[in-house]
Amino acid sequence: MNAWLAQHWQALALALRRLVATPVNTLLSLLAIGIALALPAGGQMLLVNALQLARDGAPTPRISLYADLAADRRAVQQIEARLKNHPAIKSAQLIPREATLARMKSGEGLGDVIDALPGNPFPDAFVVTPADDSPAAMDALADELRKLPKVEHVQLDSDWARRLHALLQVGRTGVVLLALLLGVGLVAITFNTIRLQVMASRAEIELSRLLGATDAFVRRPFHYFGVLLGLAGGGLAWLIVAAATLWLKQPIGELVKLYNLDFALSPLALVDSLALLGAAGALGWLGAGLSLRQHLGDH
Amino acid sequence: MIRFDHASKRYPPGIDALADVSFTVGKGELVTVGGHSGAGKSTLLKLIAGIERPTSGAVLVNGQNVGSLKRKAMPYLRRNLGLVFQDQKLLFDRNAFDNVMLPLAITGFPPAEAKRRVQAALDKVGLLDRQKAMPVMLSGGEQQRLALARAVVGRPNILLADEPTAHLDAETAADVARTFLEFRDVGVTVLIATYDDSLFGAPRRLTLHHGRLQ
Repeated sequence: MNAWLAQHWQALALALRRLVATPVNTLLSLLAIGIALALPAGGQMLLVNALQLARDGAPTPRISLYADLAADRRAVQQIEARLKNHPAIKSAQLIPREATLARMKSGEGLGDVIDALPGNPFPDAFVVTPADDSPAAMDALADELRKLPKVEHVQLDSDWARRLHALLQVGRTGVVLLALLLGVGLVAITFNTIRLQVMASRAEIELSRLLGATDAFVRRPFHYFGVLLGLAGGGLAWLIVAAATLWLKQPIGELVKLYNLDFALSPLALVDSLALLGAAGALGWLGAGLSLRQHLGDH
Repeated sequence: MIRFDHASKRYPPGIDALADVSFTVGKGELVTVGGHSGAGKSTLLKLIAGIERPTSGAVLVNGQNVGSLKRKAMPYLRRNLGLVFQDQKLLFDRNAFDNVMLPLAITGFPPAEAKRRVQAALDKVGLLDRQKAMPVMLSGGEQQRLALARAVVGRPNILLADEPTAHLDAETAADVARTFLEFRDVGVTVLIATYDDSLFGAPRRLTLHHGRLQ
């Protein structure tokens, strides 16, 4: 066990020495990996913030329900009771037709028109806030409300929610696409870096094999090299995103203040940060493995 | 220990480096291999170390047929061999100590014990006080002795050397030759390709002529 650990420690130390031995190459590879990974990571950060903003800042989606004009006071009270007891409805507010009439009359220029009408043209109305504001749930609820007696019209104002949902879906797909593409890029960068490393270490590899080194012994430091490169690049990407977050925080704060919203830009979440580092390390390992298969070969 | 059974090695396009070579070297025996340049001395050593495989015939080392050995098994055969190369193959990016450490690092020796062994091997070839020196700072003779220390640090039961005393002055060459004799005396099988076997105390000698044993 001790000897096994020592071999891994030696491989890790050798990988570190090789990284430090070519500082310019290492730095360039790190920059390329860091910037490549910062794009999907930054996209994820913005997406999470957009979701938060959508949840906190946007008006709650509601359903408007209009009673039949012929419905009497009792019928409207029955509707109100059913709405208040419905499990899928968070709240329901009655807007009596008299109140609507009074409000419209006070409106600019409408008073005379309304006075000319024989009766009150406005129905009793309810503003319904659903418990679940997902588009599907709201559709189902609206359909159910349409079937209530003495209900003339049900209007769903969830279009904006649909659009936002679709927009965020596009954003999410974009982040995934970006992550996939740049993940492949990271593998390519590691592949090439390891290729150069293998070429530079030809003499050592050949000698090690003559002295009885197994394939695992020869490959180990290169795998560590790939993982270290990936991890360091992932760390750099994290720093880039953190710096961008700090930089954007103030101007975005100003912007949301103008919209009377309570929102502050959050940095990359812990889970996302760990996923970034984990993926970077794993992709580095993969790039190293592919490169070794290609360039170490079998004698 | 080492047995060649009608072993031949042909390189394309039909050059016979070794042809129908048969001999046996027993445990604790020191044998030199002589012959003109290009007679096949290096090829013979390469067949033993599994660097090349025979085109026909068999090469047995420690009872294993090297020619038919699986790729995965080769490292374990080589760990029983100590190799001194004609071009030494020292690593110039690390010091003398780390060069000698390499075979033990490969076999996964516990670090503390490995350090003692490396120092013992360096002491044996008279380089203990130069363990921190980089190979470029060593003289030709010191580099040769360093290569020898690396070959013996794993305590192999077979020692193969390709021209270990070439390019050395008479005194250093005698020193190196004496070290080989000491290993023979403790039961190590030693096979040396050399022009000049007078240094090795009238050993048994194999002479190659155009790939054939004389």
